[in-house]
Amino acid sequence: MRAKTILASTILASACVVAAMPAFAEGKPVLTVYTYNSFTSEWGPGPALEKAFEADCACDLSWVALEDGAALLSRLKLEGKDTKADVVLGLDTNLTAETKATGLIAPHGADLSALALPIAWNDADFVPYDWGYFAFVYDTEKLPNPPRSLAELIDGKDAPKILIQDPRTSTPGLGLVMWLREVYGDKATDAWAGLKPKILTVTKGWSEAYGLFTQGEAPLVLSYTTSPAYHQIVENSERYQALVFPEGNYMQIEVAARIEGSAQPELAKSFLQFLISPEAQKVIPTTNYMYPVRDIGADLPAQFTALPKPTKSLLLSSEDAAANRDPWIKEWIDSVSQ
Amino acid sequence: MAAFGRIATSRAATHSPTVLIGYGLAAVLGAAAVAILALLLASGGDATDAPPYAYVGRVLGFTLWQALLSTVLSLLAAIPMTRALARQARFPGRLLLVRLCALPMVMPTIVGIFGVVAVYGGSGYLALAAQAIGLDWKPRLYGLGGILIAHVFFNLPLAIRLLLPAFASVPAESWRLAAQLGMGSRDIFRIIEIPLLRQQLPGIAIIIFMLCFTTFAVALTLGGGPRATTLEVAIYQALRFDFDLRLGAMLAILQIVFCAGGAWAVWRTGRQMMLGTSARLVAYRYDGRTRGARLADFGVILLGAIFLVLPILALVQKGLAGMIAAASLASLLRAGLISLGLGLAGGLTATVIGYLIAQARQRALSLGRKRGAMLLGLAGRLGLFVSPMVIGTGIFLAASGHIDLYRLAAAGVILLSAVMALPFVLGVLEPALEVAAERHDRLCAALGIVGWNRFCHIDWPTLRRPIATALALSSVIAMGDLGAIALFGNQDMVNLTLLLYSQLGAYRLDGAASTALILLALALVFYWTIERVVGGRELH
Repeated sequence: MRAKTILASTILASACVVAAMPAFAEGKPVLTVYTYNSFTSEWGPGPALEKAFEADCACDLSWVALEDGAALLSRLKLEGKDTKADVVLGLDTNLTAETKATGLIAPHGADLSALALPIAWNDADFVPYDWGYFAFVYDTEKLPNPPRSLAELIDGKDAPKILIQDPRTSTPGLGLVMWLREVYGDKATDAWAGLKPKILTVTKGWSEAYGLFTQGEAPLVLSYTTSPAYHQIVENSERYQALVFPEGNYMQIEVAARIEGSAQPELAKSFLQFLISPEAQKVIPTTNYMYPVRDIGADLPAQFTALPKPTKSLLLSSEDAAANRDPWIKEWIDSVSQ
Repeated sequence: MAAFGRIATSRAATHSPTVLIGYGLAAVLGAAAVAILALLLASGGDATDAPPYAYVGRVLGFTLWQALLSTVLSLLAAIPMTRALARQARFPGRLLLVRLCALPMVMPTIVGIFGVVAVYGGSGYLALAAQAIGLDWKPRLYGLGGILIAHVFFNLPLAIRLLLPAFASVPAESWRLAAQLGMGSRDIFRIIEIPLLRQQLPGIAIIIFMLCFTTFAVALTLGGGPRATTLEVAIYQALRFDFDLRLGAMLAILQIVFCAGGAWAVWRTGRQMMLGTSARLVAYRYDGRTRGARLADFGVILLGAIFLVLPILALVQKGLAGMIAAASLASLLRAGLISLGLGLAGGLTATVIGYLIAQARQRALSLGRKRGAMLLGLAGRLGLFVSPMVIGTGIFLAASGHIDLYRLAAAGVILLSAVMALPFVLGVLEPALEVAAERHDRLCAALGIVGWNRFCHIDWPTLRRPIATALALSSVIAMGDLGAIALFGNQDMVNLTLLLYSQLGAYRLDGAASTALILLALALVFYWTIERVVGGRELH
């Protein structure tokens, strides 16, 4: 009984694992792309991009899906020159200076003339593939009169409560720290002091905050101006709306790059060029819920065109972001912990 | 009787191969931990300036305080609840309640948080109930209170699950004797239950303390702000954002020192209890029959059950509502199979390793080598002491340029989740082996029953149930794994937990709720099946 049970369960266990993993493609060159796991999930852009790229690259595109952008950079640093990655996809401009400093990044050599970003982009190493604005998203059923400016949000009394993410563990959280710095400069600590009583809690990542928001814990959450598009397209709901502030909204630009010394430099280059092709870009809006980096005309869903757009785009240079991140996070901890 | 034929020499009894393998496994675990930390310390990474002592001190203080409170509260709630469950051995729903206690183990942290918020949050059941009866009151969840509620929700069931077998291990003869001597509840508590708790609680306290000490998302999300920063957040920050490997390793060592120190202190308070031999009849308790006792017991059980079941109920409600937005059947089926396969493989690995280490520890105890026994116990618990973040960083740093870890993803995930589940296996098996040794060691030594023979004919029949519990517990823990599977990032290896996080990351909150419900239901059936198939029926 015992031996049989253990043997049977071992076989069952291995069978489950093996059955659930497809066979490896033989013979073709493999392009390994490190990215974050919501990119490759069945709801992310990964599967559609893989299919389209593999259709005429005569190659096998293989994803390694890590937790987030910060995990990507730290994995690259751990592996150094021995990394398996040919391309890294999913960093944002807060991380690019540090990534470049590893010496692992090779120039992309892509033609970026078709890009249509709100800011000029002429980086020789990183190719942007989507972008968005951080914004507070509010629940129209709970908050009929949301604050109309950053100043109004900060100066208001104890309400409305907001949900934000921790800049030590989350990209939007770090974005908000940069945002307030861009708007208030050295007075950012005062702004945080004003914001503090409204903070219901500071979550580890975006998912926790957004989950609590949709559970009705607070009427405002730090997210993206493009978040309402999801609810409109998939749920046909107008309930959640994003706020654009006259002081400007902070931008996030997500980028990809190829790795120096990769065995597949040509494939990597053609993948980066493919990433900004109309074919790839039209996948982005309804999978990553971010803006495409080029004009895709009628392929951009109407819900995206109707979204409120900030009049002022804020973004620190990658070098400034890297140099100031640590002191500003310390400043944040001090002003919010008081 | 041929099976009992081999006569053992005393030398074979002290150095049986299984004991040596147990020592070897513990040594490998210890060496791996030391190697990982040494590697991180030596490589340094992008070392920043002097370590932020004031920050670390503040963080450490908070981490200790909340872990201590969470442990004490969990145990304070677990003791009366387990006692009531032990005294009232038969009532409808008891088995279900006990099995539900395995659920928080498999529950992804974020799901548990959502469950707690759905009950105690500003729009939760409590707030709605208050509103319904016209009260202008809202629970204030975020802060230390929220952290404690969530930690008790996660750990009270674990404590019950680990403590209940201890109550069942008291021989039936003792209960008969207690009844014949006319011992009342108070005497039984003083003479039987307190010594029992003194023996069992330390091991359980250590596990809960360490779980709460190394907490991350719960403290951040429910803590209300950066004041609720735990040491694990600082480790994450050092390794992920600053890539200051040396600081990360130093913080990890700090964490190990405090956890091991806590473990040592707690173990010192533990006492051996002589349970005596038994005819192995089903323990039938004669106390708790009076109306007052029954009322008290059922009151306690009802309160505990409400506390545990409400968040689960909220998750079930959300999961059912989210079924229309569920992931495709194909991906759910695939992820479900992978969860079960990795869970079973991880659980089996953990149980085999845990059994061998627990055996070696027991032998060391029998020979009076207390320090050796403690070191073996500590080595087996390294998966709880050392932050998963540190282990992951160390493994990839060590392998880079030598081993292609991505090709070994399945084995790596199984092994890592086994190491993480090992402390729970030891939590179940160590006390069970102590009882078994007390009952059978001398007889087996006299008759020369050793090795495989002893396992088949003596240990397996008596230890079958605790082994089944250990396997069931470690399998559901491995089934719910996120850390190991996310570390390797293999696109074809997506278990239900990872699927759920992907859904959350893609705004699919309803779909994620349904995945959570499927994960919990599957875990319950999985746990139940393992306990039943491996553990067999109660012996009569």
